[in-house]
Amino acid sequence: MTQNLVVIGAGMASGRALEELFKAAPGAFRVTLFNSEPRGNYNRIMLSPVLSGEKSYEEIVTHDDAWYAEHGVETRFGEPVERIDRARKVVVTAKGETPYDKLVIATGSSPFIIPMPGHDLPGVIAYRDLDDTNKMIEAAASPGAKAVVIGGGLLGLEAAAGLRLRGMDVSVVHLAGHLMERQLDEAAGYLLRKALTERGIKIHCAASSKEIYGQGKVEGLRLEDGTEIPADLIVMAVGIRPNTAVGKAAGLAVGRGIQIDDQCVTSDPDILSVGECVEHNGAVFGLVAPIFDMAKVLAKTLLGEMDAYAPVEVATKLKVTGCDLFSAGDFAEGEGREDIVFRDPGRGVYKRLVLKDDRLLGAVMYGDTADGSWFFGLIKDGTDISEMRETLIFGPAFQGGQPLDPMAAVAALPDEAEICGCNGVSKGGIITAINAGAHDIGAIRGTCKASASCGTCTGLVEQVLGLTLGDDFVVPQAQPVCGCTDLSHEEVRRLIKARELKSQPAVWQELGWKSKDGCHVCRPAINYYLLADWPLEYQDDPQSRFVNERNHANIQKDGTYSVMPRMWGGMTTPEELIAIAEAAKRFNAVVKVTGGQRIDLLGIRKEDLPLIWKDLNDAGMVSGHAYTKGLRTVKTCVGSDWCRFGTQDSTGLGIKLEKRLWGSWTPHKVKLAVSGCPRNCAEATCKDVGVICVDSGYQIGVAGAAGMDVKETERLVDVATEEEAIEWSTAFIQLYRENAKYLDRPYKWVAKVGLDWVKEVLSDEAERKALNDRFDISQSVYQTDPWAALVTEEERKSWSAPLATVNLEAAE
Amino acid sequence: MKTWIEIGSLDDIPVRGARVVKTSRGCIAVFRTAEDEVHALDDACPHKGGPLSEGIVHGGAVTCPLHNRVFDFATGAAKGADSEVVATHSVKIVDGRLMLDITGLAARNVA
Repeated sequence: MTQNLVVIGAGMASGRALEELFKAAPGAFRVTLFNSEPRGNYNRIMLSPVLSGEKSYEEIVTHDDAWYAEHGVETRFGEPVERIDRARKVVVTAKGETPYDKLVIATGSSPFIIPMPGHDLPGVIAYRDLDDTNKMIEAAASPGAKAVVIGGGLLGLEAAAGLRLRGMDVSVVHLAGHLMERQLDEAAGYLLRKALTERGIKIHCAASSKEIYGQGKVEGLRLEDGTEIPADLIVMAVGIRPNTAVGKAAGLAVGRGIQIDDQCVTSDPDILSVGECVEHNGAVFGLVAPIFDMAKVLAKTLLGEMDAYAPVEVATKLKVTGCDLFSAGDFAEGEGREDIVFRDPGRGVYKRLVLKDDRLLGAVMYGDTADGSWFFGLIKDGTDISEMRETLIFGPAFQGGQPLDPMAAVAALPDEAEICGCNGVSKGGIITAINAGAHDIGAIRGTCKASASCGTCTGLVEQVLGLTLGDDFVVPQAQPVCGCTDLSHEEVRRLIKARELKSQPAVWQELGWKSKDGCHVCRPAINYYLLADWPLEYQDDPQSRFVNERNHANIQKDGTYSVMPRMWGGMTTPEELIAIAEAAKRFNAVVKVTGGQRIDLLGIRKEDLPLIWKDLNDAGMVSGHAYTKGLRTVKTCVGSDWCRFGTQDSTGLGIKLEKRLWGSWTPHKVKLAVSGCPRNCAEATCKDVGVICVDSGYQIGVAGAAGMDVKETERLVDVATEEEAIEWSTAFIQLYRENAKYLDRPYKWVAKVGLDWVKEVLSDEAERKALNDRFDISQSVYQTDPWAALVTEEERKSWSAPLATVNLEAAE
Repeated sequence: MKTWIEIGSLDDIPVRGARVVKTSRGCIAVFRTAEDEVHALDDACPHKGGPLSEGIVHGGAVTCPLHNRVFDFATGAAKGADSEVVATHSVKIVDGRLMLDITGLAARNVA
């Protein structure tokens, strides 16, 4: 008969226990899951990346509604359990009673709030769940806001780094003499402090908080020595306390946590407990790895199988992008202990190994943690290292004289070596999963769970995939920008905005570029992202541009260029045509009429470019930007001025659009058209933005294509006036400028984000106006004619003339 | 024996950019890296003759603007799967002046 299992708390501990249970015996229990948070199980370890803006909440959900439904779990979220009636075997909530055969308490822990004066003022929060994270994100949104984080441990520093990335002025107040004193020694603590200080975080160590002051809300923190630190937000991250209230009230044995035996059973044989709320052999828990071990044992106990929880060594990593640190084991100084230390101050690398009796006891690493899991394996296994002591600190790649191959470190690991610390998955476990058919990182996460929690071992897991599958393994999903980085375009764009990176060296340094100064793939993309996001602060770099954009002309296969003046809306005059004809004759150009309603002059040598530009400038023409990732042309028909079918002045609107948009840089080229009636002579229905005039106004279509792909535009909106048509078109292009991946035409970008999202954003009038305003700011810098930039003869020469002309015959 | 001739000053070349030296036996592209090192290659990609002086300079290499072949300044060899090699020339900086060795050029037959 199916038993009733009631679970209190939908966190990572109970979530893992349920996964284990459903995997081993689907349908053995009818599960009811209570949670006081109004949501299900998400990956709490990943709140830091959510805070810093590197991930979204949706990306860290572990169990969604569909998962609960699939496993028949009745979810009672936002409904706290008030008490347990052990005699009648029911749990009581505000909505009534629920009977159980077996009960699991997984209520987790609460942040410890220091009861100092002012701790209850608005603006004092802990850092524990999504609600706290959202409060912090909200506080960071007001310009110039200040935050103080009390506690310089793992959680406090992740909070501080996240708030700083969100633009807040952040101070950390820490009681001990150096940061993360439980995981780091002083030297590593110093490097960490230095790195955080360089990011603009103020660190106060050996500092004791006295009181929080403020009238009606937080205004600052006062220290024992009298120092005052102004703050709009105070985050307490000084530790956690097991949530034992519901167990204690039910009369279970409770010490610091709810006491459990090796089978995760409490003092009541029908009540089990798991996670941060428990106490096992006098120890309480705060890291995920031992808790996942416990969850496995709990699932077995529920199924009547024998297993026993045994504590293991744990390793720690800090999830602050750019601060690589790792610590494991015991690294205090002591009798008979020896240190091996390696420092590289230039790179900010510090490694220290603590040895005793030819065994590794502990490891602390900062700046380069790639070998962490190998050292951790040596610590756990108590391996005798006397043979490799000389080269031990250089890691596995140097043992046995193998060449330095990125795969070597992983290849050298034995099958028992732990790869995923969170889930306790060994290299052998991953290989077993791969051989059973898990051939990408998603499948690995779904089966053996490696890299499914904090994700820091993803690279290692991919290497195991690579080693096991050989050439069959293709590095998955998010395609990196290029070989210089593992980040995708989308990630780079988000980090440039979130971390306010305003120069290319800042991007290379802060995002850990693997090359010195990028390559021909990433440089133009990064240059575009920076100038689009920071038009006033960033200086466009011609040396990061493809030749056409640097030389303001299209290079042809013979190394000559083509020159194309703008013809607004496809309109020209006899005077312009005469000037074009004369220039063509003077420079021996081939003349071609283009599909974009203008005239192309082909075969111009580079040194002649400034001269022909000047001729065309003098006749009143400007560059047509036929070579840019920017606005190309606005094609029009003659419209109501001449055509007997024309409904509106399509030529006039086309000219207005072109005058508004020309000169702007975009992720890829942008072509527009305006047709005066639905007969559509300007072919507006295959453009990036195409307007069709009708009697009642203007139909604006977007995301068309007529190149490698052919695609009809989709209707964005119908508007009544020219002004609205221009406002909507501009807002669409600015939204595309701010969000699209470099070299995605609008139709590709819209396919990724969805036209519904675009419509939703643009239908907000205030947002439309804000997009137009930001476009204006960018145009104030970039709407200039590059042809007119070379004013003097001198400038023209140094731009296009040879550096020197050498007469070899004379030199000989 | 090298034959050095002066071709200009370091400041004439943009950082991560290039300028061209014209000779009767072909053009030479003279590059300046982020570290102010200078290098010289024939200004014609061995693949389809693209002007390497118009390529993007990154690290110790340049990418041809026509078909993205990447040439190493030190060896003149294409990186990756491509096998072309472009001729290199010695270039040095003396008191801020750029000196190009034309020995290799002089040995070429006039086309």
